[in-house]
Amino acid sequence: MPLLLIAEHDQSNLTASTLATLTAAKAFSAPVHVVVMGSSPEKAAEEAAFFKSVEKVWMIKDPRLAHPLAEDMTETLLDLAKGYDFILAPSTTFGKNLLPRLAALLDVALISDVIQIQDKNTFVRPIYAGNALATVTSNDPIKVITIRPTAFEKAQKGNSSAPFEACPFKESSSPLPIFVRMETSSSERPELTSASIVVSGGRGFQSKENFALLEALADKLGAAIGASRAAVDAGFVPNDYQVGQTGKAVAPTLYIAVGISGAIQHLAGMKDSKIIVAINKDPEAPIFQIADYGLVGDLFKILPELTAKIKKTA
Amino acid sequence: MKVLVAVKRVVDYNVKVRVRADETGIDLSGVKMSLNPFDEIAVEEAVRLKEKGLASEIIVVSIGDASCQESLRTALALGADRAIHVETSLETQPLGVAKTLKALVEKESPRLIILGKQAIDDDFNQTGQMLAGLLRWPQGTFISHLIRNGEEIEVTREVDGGLETLKMPLPAVVTTDLRLNEPRYATLPNIMKAKQKSLEVISAETLGVDLTPRLKTLKVVEPPPRKGGLMVANVDELLDKLQHEAKVI
Ligand SMILES: Cc1cc2nc3c(=O)[nH]c(=O)nc-3n(C[C@H](O)[C@H](O)[C@H](O)COP(=O)(O)OP(=O)(O)OC[C@H]3O[C@@H](n4cnc5c(N)ncnc54)[C@H](O)[C@@H]3O)c2cc1C
Repeated sequence: MPLLLIAEHDQSNLTASTLATLTAAKAFSAPVHVVVMGSSPEKAAEEAAFFKSVEKVWMIKDPRLAHPLAEDMTETLLDLAKGYDFILAPSTTFGKNLLPRLAALLDVALISDVIQIQDKNTFVRPIYAGNALATVTSNDPIKVITIRPTAFEKAQKGNSSAPFEACPFKESSSPLPIFVRMETSSSERPELTSASIVVSGGRGFQSKENFALLEALADKLGAAIGASRAAVDAGFVPNDYQVGQTGKAVAPTLYIAVGISGAIQHLAGMKDSKIIVAINKDPEAPIFQIADYGLVGDLFKILPELTAKIKKTA
Repeated sequence: MKVLVAVKRVVDYNVKVRVRADETGIDLSGVKMSLNPFDEIAVEEAVRLKEKGLASEIIVVSIGDASCQESLRTALALGADRAIHVETSLETQPLGVAKTLKALVEKESPRLIILGKQAIDDDFNQTGQMLAGLLRWPQGTFISHLIRNGEEIEVTREVDGGLETLKMPLPAVVTTDLRLNEPRYATLPNIMKAKQKSLEVISAETLGVDLTPRLKTLKVVEPPPRKGGLMVANVDELLDKLQHEAKVI
C-alpha cells in the first residue's frame, strides 16, 4: 500500500524539511503520495509532482488553510489517511503539532523524530536529548511517523509529472482556534535548519547589541545564526534561533559555537554537524569535548579578528 | 474554572544518562529523578491563573507506578490543590496517557488542560496534541504566553518561523514551552502543607483504558561518539585547519 507524505510549504515552495522527508520516504519502497494543503497550494503541489519517487499529489485548497490549524487539517486528512500504511511528515513544529492529533484519531502510536529507517517497521529515534538512540517497532496497522529532517539528504527534483487529484477540505465541527497573528523574525540569511554553515551564540555575548559581532561573521560566511537557550531567554535573539533538545536540530557542514558552554540540551541539537568549532574563554567548557577545533579566548577579541581574516564566500 | 495539569517523573535534566550494558534501556539505578521541567512550568502557569482569580481548582495527575506520587507531592507543594495518581505497572506511552487523561477529563470536567510540550526522557512531544484530538478540543501547543479572557484564551506559540498567536474558546488543551514562565521553588512550609492535600489513587483498569504500549523498544544504544578535543592556538591556525584540513570554508 502507498505512503502518504504530508507536505509542509510556505504557500509557494516546499520546505527543505519536506524534501528531507521525501528522501526518508524512499526507504519504505512504497508508492509515495504527497498531500499539499493550503490557500494557494498549486505551486507547491506542482513542485511535489516533479520528484521521481512521487506517484500522486493530493491537492487540498481552501481559504481557511491560509494559516492551517491542526484541528482542520486533522479532520481533512482523517478519511484520506485510512487508505495508507505509512503517513510521514517532517518533525518540525508543523509536523509536531499535527501528527500526534491525527495519529490519536486513527488510534495508532506516533513514532516521532525518526533519524533512521531500518526496515518498514523498525525505526531509530533519539531519546534523552540524544544521549541514547532507541530502536523501536510498532504493530499498529498504520505507521504514523515524523522524520528529523537533518538526518536525511534533501531529495533532488526530477522531471517527472505525477498526476494531481483534488481532495475536499473538511472543517472541524468542533470549536476552533482563530488565527490572530504571526510574528516572523525576518532575515535575509539562510534558513537555520538547512544552512550549510551555522554560527551560534550563547550567554557569553552579554547583550543583544553584542550579537552584531556574530552577525558580521555570519554575513562573511553566508551562514545562518543560531543560539543557545540562555541567549534566547535573555532576549538577545528571537525564539526560533534556539538550537537544542527543545529547539531546532541542525546538522550543517560547519557549526561555530561562540560563548556557549555546551550543555547536553544544546548538544542535542547540533552534535551531528560535520565540523564543530568552539570559541570559549573557559578551557574547561564541555563544548570543547565534542568540538573538532577549539579555540580558548575572549570572543570579543577573537570574533572581529576571525571575521576580518575570512575571505568573503557569499 | 478547574484546571487539569499532567506531570511525569523523569531523570533530572542535569544527569548525563548512561545506557545499560545489555542495551535494554537507560541505567536508572541511583539516578536523581525530578519533575519533568516542562510540567513544572505547566503547574506554575496553573498556579498563576489561580492567584489571579482565573482558576478555581488545580488538579494534578500522574500515571505510572507508585514513584509518581513523589512528583505529585512536588506539584502539590508548588500550589496544585489535589492530586490523582493513576496506577499502572505498564510502560506509559503518549496514546495510552492521552486516553487515560481523557477518561479523567470526563469525570472532572476541567475547562483548561495544561501539559508540558515534551518529557525530557522519551522526547516524544505528543500527549497534549493526542488528548486534544481525542477530546476534539482546540489545541495551543508550545506556548510561551497565555491570557484568559472569560470563556476564551489567547496563546502565543513558539513555532519554527517565529511566534504565532491564536485565540481559542474554552475548553482547550495547551502545552508549555520553556519561556512561558519561570517556576517558583517549593518552600518548606508548602512542602509540609502538601502532605495534607488529597492524593487519590485510581487503578488504570477502573478507568477502562487500554494502556498497552504500542511501541516496542528493541534496543537502546549510545550514539556514536564524536572525536573532539583538538585545540588550536589562534585564529590563523583555526582558519588554516578549516580551509585545508576540514575544507569547509
Ligand atoms: C528542559 C530543558 C530544555 C533545554 N533545552 C535547551 C535547548 O534546546 N537549547 C539550549 O541551548 N539549551 C537548552 N536548555 C538550557 C541548557 O541546559 C543550558 O542552560 C544552556 O544551553 C546554556 O546556554 P549558554 O551555553 O549560552 O550559557 P552558559 O552555560 O552560561 O555558558 C556561557 C558560556 O560563555 C562563555 N563565555 C562567557 N564570556 C565569554 C567571552 N567573553 N568569550 C568567550 N566565551 C565566553 C562561558 O565560559 C560559558 O561557557 C534546556 C534546559 C532545560 C532544563
